[in-house]
Amino acid sequence: MPNYLKVTPEIIAELEKAAPGRVVTGADVNPDYSKDEMPIYGVRMPDVSIDAQSTEEVSAIMKICYEHDIPVTTRGAGTGLVGGCTPICGGVVICTMRMNRILSYDLENFAVTVQPGVLLQQLAEDALKHGCMYPPDPGEKMATLGGNVATNAGGMRAVKYGCTRDYVRAMTVVLPNGEITRFGGTVSKTSSGYSLVNLMIGSEGTLGIITELTLKLIPAPQATVSLMAPFEDLAACISVVPKFFMKHYQPQALEFFEKEILVSSEQYLGKQVFPRKIEGTDIGAYLLITFDGNSMEELDPIVESASEMLLEEGALDVLVADTPPKLKDIWAARSSFLEGIEEQTKLLDECDVVVPVNKIAPYVEFVDEAKKNYDFEVKYFGHAGDGNLHIYECSTDMDREEFKKQVREFLDSIYRKTMEFGGQISGEHGIGLGKVHYLEEAAGSVNMGLMLGIKKVFDPKLILNPGKVCMKL
Amino acid sequence: MNILVCVKQVPDTNEIKIDPDTNTLIRDGVPSIVNPFDGYALEAAARIKDNAPDTKIVVLSMGPQQAETALCECLAIAADKAYLVTDRAFGGSDTLATSYILSKAIEKVEELENEKFDAVFCGKQAIDGDTAQVGPELAEHLGYPQVTCALEVKSEADGLHVYREAEDGKEVIGVKTPCLITFTKPSFDPRFPTIKRKIAARKAKIAQLTAAELTSIDPAHAGLKGSPTKVKRTYVPPRKEAGVVVKEETVEASAHKLFDLLSKAHVI
Repeated sequence: MPNYLKVTPEIIAELEKAAPGRVVTGADVNPDYSKDEMPIYGVRMPDVSIDAQSTEEVSAIMKICYEHDIPVTTRGAGTGLVGGCTPICGGVVICTMRMNRILSYDLENFAVTVQPGVLLQQLAEDALKHGCMYPPDPGEKMATLGGNVATNAGGMRAVKYGCTRDYVRAMTVVLPNGEITRFGGTVSKTSSGYSLVNLMIGSEGTLGIITELTLKLIPAPQATVSLMAPFEDLAACISVVPKFFMKHYQPQALEFFEKEILVSSEQYLGKQVFPRKIEGTDIGAYLLITFDGNSMEELDPIVESASEMLLEEGALDVLVADTPPKLKDIWAARSSFLEGIEEQTKLLDECDVVVPVNKIAPYVEFVDEAKKNYDFEVKYFGHAGDGNLHIYECSTDMDREEFKKQVREFLDSIYRKTMEFGGQISGEHGIGLGKVHYLEEAAGSVNMGLMLGIKKVFDPKLILNPGKVCMKL
Repeated sequence: MNILVCVKQVPDTNEIKIDPDTNTLIRDGVPSIVNPFDGYALEAAARIKDNAPDTKIVVLSMGPQQAETALCECLAIAADKAYLVTDRAFGGSDTLATSYILSKAIEKVEELENEKFDAVFCGKQAIDGDTAQVGPELAEHLGYPQVTCALEVKSEADGLHVYREAEDGKEVIGVKTPCLITFTKPSFDPRFPTIKRKIAARKAKIAQLTAAELTSIDPAHAGLKGSPTKVKRTYVPPRKEAGVVVKEETVEASAHKLFDLLSKAHVI
C-alpha cells in the first residue's frame, strides 16, 4: 500500500482556497460519503469532503492532493453496489452532485453535453422534450451520469441499444496530478490511436475524474408496447429467451424474474399489478418484454408473432401494456426489485454475473442447488436478453461475520461456475471494493498486471480511489 | 346479467400542458386514454363476469371518431361489444345534454341487442372535466336508482351489493336492478388485456350511432344549442402539493414523527 499522508490543517486551508466554503471536515462530513448502497464491503468516513462545482476546481483540488499524497475518491449519487465510491483509505471525497447542469444539445449530431452530476432521470426526461432518447436505462434512475460512465452501467434496454459505453462520445477528465485533458470526439467513428475514452469508461474512478461528458442520443421511438408472459416455472420462462434473437424480434428489453421477488417489490410499492394465477394455474416466473418502433402499426405484427411464439413455448398467457398508465405500472414493479429487497433484509450482498444467453437456465439451476447449503436467502432476477443476472444474498437474522463467511463461499462457487460457462463476473455493477479478489481470479495475473500498469500510467502515486478494481491494498 | 359501461376518452393528464396565453389545454400531441374511473367501472363489470361467465358487457362512448381507440381498448380488456355515439350535432354538449343523449342511446342499444341492461356502470367523473355530473344525470334520465363512488360490486340473489367509499369508511348498499352505479378508485388496478383479446379487438367493428339512428333525440336538448351550461371562463386550478404520510413502525413513533413535522412547520 502506498504511503498516504494525513490531511493537515495546512492542507485543509489550501483546499479551502480551491473550493471556498465547501470544504467539510471531520464529524461535519455527510455520513453518506462513507459508503454506497452496499455497506457490507466496508464503511469509512473521509477526512474531508468537497462538493465540487467545476473542472477547474477539481483540477485545483487534485493538484493539492497529488502534491501531498492524499488519497481521493470521487462519488456521484452513491447508488453503486460494489463499494466503488467507499473512501476506504480516508482522505478526500469529491462529490460531483452539484455539477448537475445539462450544458448543450447538438441535435443535428444527436449529442448532448452534460456535467457528471446530472441524474439519469434528469437527462432521460429532458432529452424526451427534445424528441430524443438516451438509451442506457439502468434500474437506478437517481444515479449520476458520471457514475454510470464510470461503471459502464447497462440496464434494461441494453439488449437492443447496448450499454453506457456505446453512448459516450467525449469527456473532459482531470488527471490525478490535476492536469485537465479531453478524450474522444463528437464524431461517430475514430481510428486515432488508443481509445483513452474507452479506458475511462468502466474505470470506476481509478484513472481520472470525469468533469464533463458528451453523450450520444437517438431519436425517441414513437411507439412502445410491453408484454408480460407468465410461466408455470422458471426453466420454461428462460428457455424462450434465445428464440427472440433467432426470430429477429429485437426487443428493447427482455427481463425475467420469479414470483417471490415480484411479491416483495409489489409489497414495497403497496400495489399488486401482476397476476399470480392464470386460469387456476399458479405462476412461477414472468418474462417482461418491451418492443419499440416508429408506430403501433409497425409493432403490431411483431407483438402478435412474438406472442404466438410465447404461447407455443408454454406461456400461460400474454398480457399487453400499450397505454401510458399500464406501461408505467408494469415497469414500476420491475424497477423496484432492489428497493423491495433492501426494505425486507438487514444483511445484503449481491453479484452481477453475465453468462451466455443459452446458459442462463443451467446456471440458475446451479445457483438454486448451491443455495441449499447456506442459511441466507437467495433472490435473483435478470436481464434475460443479455444473460446478466443479479443474484442477491439476503438475511435478517444471521450473525454478520457468519453471513460474510457463508456468502464468500457461495459466491466463490457460483463465480467459478460463471467462468466455466465463459461468463464475466460483473455485467454492469463493476468491481469496486467488493469484487477485487474475484476479478483477480477471473482475469488472471497477466491481465491484472496490465490493468495495474495502466492505472500507474494515469495515477503514478496511486492516490485515486485506492483499493478498487485492480489495485489491492 | 347484462351490464352497460359508459366510457369517455380523455387526454392523459400526466402529460397535460397548458397554453400560457389562452390558459386552455393544449391537446395536440397529448396521448388519449380511457378515463381511469371508467376503467375501474369496466373492471368491476369484469369481476362480476369472472364469477358469472354468462354476463354480457357492452361499452358505450360518446365522442369524435377517434374515441374508437378507447372502445377498442375496452374490448381488449373485458367488453363483449362496443357502441360509439358520434355526430357533429352532439358536439359541444354539456353534462345535461350528454346524459340525455346517452340515455336515448342506451334505449337504442337495448333495442338493437334485443335485451335490457340490468346495470349501467360509469366512472364517478372524467379526469378532464371533473364535474361528476353525467353519471347521476343519466340515472335520472333513465329513471334508475343510483349509487355513487362505488369501489366494488357483488352480484347477489337480492340485487347488487355495492361497497361504497364513504367519509368515514366503507358502506355496503343493496340496490335492486336496473340501477346505475358510479365508480371511484379501488385498491386494485384494472386487468391487463390479453394478446388474444387484443387481436380480436383490433379486428372488431365498432357499431356507430349517429343522429340519424337516434331518432328519439330532441335536437333542442342536444349539442351546444341544447346545453344550458354557458362557460364563462376556464382556468387551471392551483396545483396542490402532495401530502406527507407518516408511517413509522409503531404508533408512538408515528406520533413523535408527526409532532416533529408539525413543530418544524411552526404549526404547533
